[in-house]
Amino acid sequence: MASVAVERPSRFGIAWRPLLQRAGLTVAVFGGLWAFWEAFKWVGETTGLKLGQFTVNDRTLPHLHDIIGQLFEPSRRNGPLLIEVLWDAALFTAKEAAVGFFLGASIGFALAVILAHSRLLQRGFLPYIVASQTVPILAIAPMVVIWLGGRGLPDWLSVSVIAAYLTFFPVTINTLRGLESADPRALELMRSYAANRWRILWKLRVPASLPFLFAALKVSATACIVGAIIGELPASIQSGLGGAILNFNQYYASSPPSLWATNLVAAALGITFFLAVVLAEKLVVRRAPENVA
Amino acid sequence: MSVVSLKDVHKEFGKGGVIALQGIELEIGEREFVSLIGPSGCGKSTLLRIVGDLIQPTSGKVVVNGKSARQAREDRDYGIVFQDAVLFDWRTVAKNISLPLEMLGWDRRRRGERVKELLRLVELDGFESHHPWQLSGGMQQRVSIARALSFSPPLLLMDEPFGALDEMTRERLNIELLRIWDALGSTIVFVTHSISEAVFLSTRVVVMSPRPGQITGVVDIDLPQPRTAETREQPRFFELVADVRHRLRGLGDELDETELIVAEEGL
Amino acid sequence: MSAGPTAVQPVPRGVFARRVGRGVRDWIPAAIVFALGMAVWEFGVKALDVQNFLLPPLSDILETLWDDRSGLTSAAWFTFKEALGGFVIGSGVAIALALLLARWRPLASAIMPYAIAANAIPIIAFAPITNNWFGLLSPASKIAIAAIICFFPVLVNTLRGLTSVRPASIELMRSYAAGEVEIFRRVRIPNALPFIFSALKVATVLAMIGAIVGDYFGGSQDSLGIVIRRDAGIFAFEHAWAAIVIASMLGILFYAAVAITERLAMRWHPSTRIE
Repeated sequence: MASVAVERPSRFGIAWRPLLQRAGLTVAVFGGLWAFWEAFKWVGETTGLKLGQFTVNDRTLPHLHDIIGQLFEPSRRNGPLLIEVLWDAALFTAKEAAVGFFLGASIGFALAVILAHSRLLQRGFLPYIVASQTVPILAIAPMVVIWLGGRGLPDWLSVSVIAAYLTFFPVTINTLRGLESADPRALELMRSYAANRWRILWKLRVPASLPFLFAALKVSATACIVGAIIGELPASIQSGLGGAILNFNQYYASSPPSLWATNLVAAALGITFFLAVVLAEKLVVRRAPENVA
Repeated sequence: MSVVSLKDVHKEFGKGGVIALQGIELEIGEREFVSLIGPSGCGKSTLLRIVGDLIQPTSGKVVVNGKSARQAREDRDYGIVFQDAVLFDWRTVAKNISLPLEMLGWDRRRRGERVKELLRLVELDGFESHHPWQLSGGMQQRVSIARALSFSPPLLLMDEPFGALDEMTRERLNIELLRIWDALGSTIVFVTHSISEAVFLSTRVVVMSPRPGQITGVVDIDLPQPRTAETREQPRFFELVADVRHRLRGLGDELDETELIVAEEGL
Repeated sequence: MSAGPTAVQPVPRGVFARRVGRGVRDWIPAAIVFALGMAVWEFGVKALDVQNFLLPPLSDILETLWDDRSGLTSAAWFTFKEALGGFVIGSGVAIALALLLARWRPLASAIMPYAIAANAIPIIAFAPITNNWFGLLSPASKIAIAAIICFFPVLVNTLRGLTSVRPASIELMRSYAAGEVEIFRRVRIPNALPFIFSALKVATVLAMIGAIVGDYFGGSQDSLGIVIRRDAGIFAFEHAWAAIVIASMLGILFYAAVAITERLAMRWHPSTRIE
């Protein structure tokens, strides 16, 4: 109804108050999770909680402080600190994922643009685009590595291709929906300007599809990392997070916190990519105010 | 006995925020058709929602059907129609109309009969099994009106129900609404942007102004009943439209310029 | 929804036959592409002399599939059961939790950003840990990871669907003096159905990934993940492709099952209507 929004003064164009509130809340949430974890552990261990083969002990559920502490221990005897190893692995996987992200997003976008112009093409190809995601990439990965490797391309690029495979799909589907979501009246307006297809595309449809595109990119941000990790596994690529997971899985019995720490780093990577897309969205959308919901 | 009684009603949004309504005094009697008209921000929609207990006033007394607004709402003493039909996509026309009846616990047979009656009333026979997206805007609004009337409330609250429709559909629905009003003997409170619509439909037109929202005047519409398409061509009609327009002039955005031009051209 | 002044002709009764006919006609382009694709796979591969281990001709793959049909179908079925179990548990808990959270809007809005962030985590990295929890050979470990993978997207989408109701609809229900439960039953849940189904379709794919990759980290011999791993190790690419084909077919059937359920449950939805 009729309530007037008061504009709060902000420094550097950033609203500090809600940001600090959000940060404080996040700290509180993490604190709460920590407390819940330790409480669950304590209860589980004292009551001997059992769920099938699952029991609660330091092997199945290490203390959170052990996990974090493990990061600052050497990853193996006389070796570099775990956090250094995981950092390098994360960067390696990030590179693969980022290349895959841009590759997949571009292909996905191009595909959507092509399909948007022909119902016939849509009816012909959409079912297979959807079906493509049911193909287990784990199985395709070694073949892609051999194929591209045979052409002299580095292993990590093959992993990027796998990452792109998981990335293109949400981008295609959502961008298609976005391109078709243009207001019919705006379309008529463009036609009254005798705009040709290309003009209509770039001046109207693409801006209209941006919210949908960014929604997809947020999904793709995680998908490309998942694709990269999975792609590394059968290709036996040691340098990335997939390799780290395999490695620390093998030695889980001797150092459970290491595998957990690897998961923590993978989670951080996923969230970082996600936040990067959110930031990009804020920057892009700000430049195109007509797209703000 | 008055159906709606508002005494010294104030509404403020937020602490020290916008004063949406100030010092509203209004009595509406049985079988009246009262329109609320005014420029944007005059609080007419807010006032309607206060009568319906969908918003609570900051201060003042609201009596609906001899009870508090809250009690009237819980006793389902009114039906409401919004500018947007607000139909549920997943229900057919028949099920949309019977929604309040389901909630009142009517049995299937009774609901079915009532829906049939209502469809006849709003002239939508044969559309029971259609879905909202299969209907035009005007038809959707008719479903919305049928739904509001389904449990025969003594009071009908309407918030610019025909605002989104074209002129011709609007005029046709105006006449239908008056026919329904006459047949059911309900009391109607009607918010509108259109001067000619307000004058055509009402027994009284309440003129409101913004900043802060308040009632600046009430015009008694003494046009004969029943009103027909010819009523719009009576000299008295133009006089009343001019009267309302004058009261609105200088109160903010000129509302409904097209209405004024149309009225002046004698169309 | 509200179509404004444009008058849409109401669809007359007896259009069912036309709808089915229309539907079949819609699938012709896809069928043509399928036929062409299969032809390219079979003949193009031979003609271009693509190396066998990369992409064997379709007939070779189908032959291998037929030869080992019992082994492959039992492995596929085993993996599917893991995926299905994870799908049901993960989605079920997510929907239940979303229903609970939507009751307390402030709680739901507070939780949303964290659920969205959790959705951004590559959960697959957690598979080795569930293997350690529930035992390598036990399907429970794969069901667990599949469930966790399905959980967050279904939670986020269901919550969105339950809370993205038009305020006018809520006002309408309040004018009927409806309580929270009635609002849920008559408005929020039907409104959320499209969101839920779209998330469930994604979840079918995620559950399969979870099950297969979970098995890859260590699982029963009779699972697709291990079959794939073994085949890669001994370069048995035709067999690997046969496994891929059968896994893919299962994935498609799984997805289609949810899509068909969606059509049946949401006959009213604009997406199922004829244009």
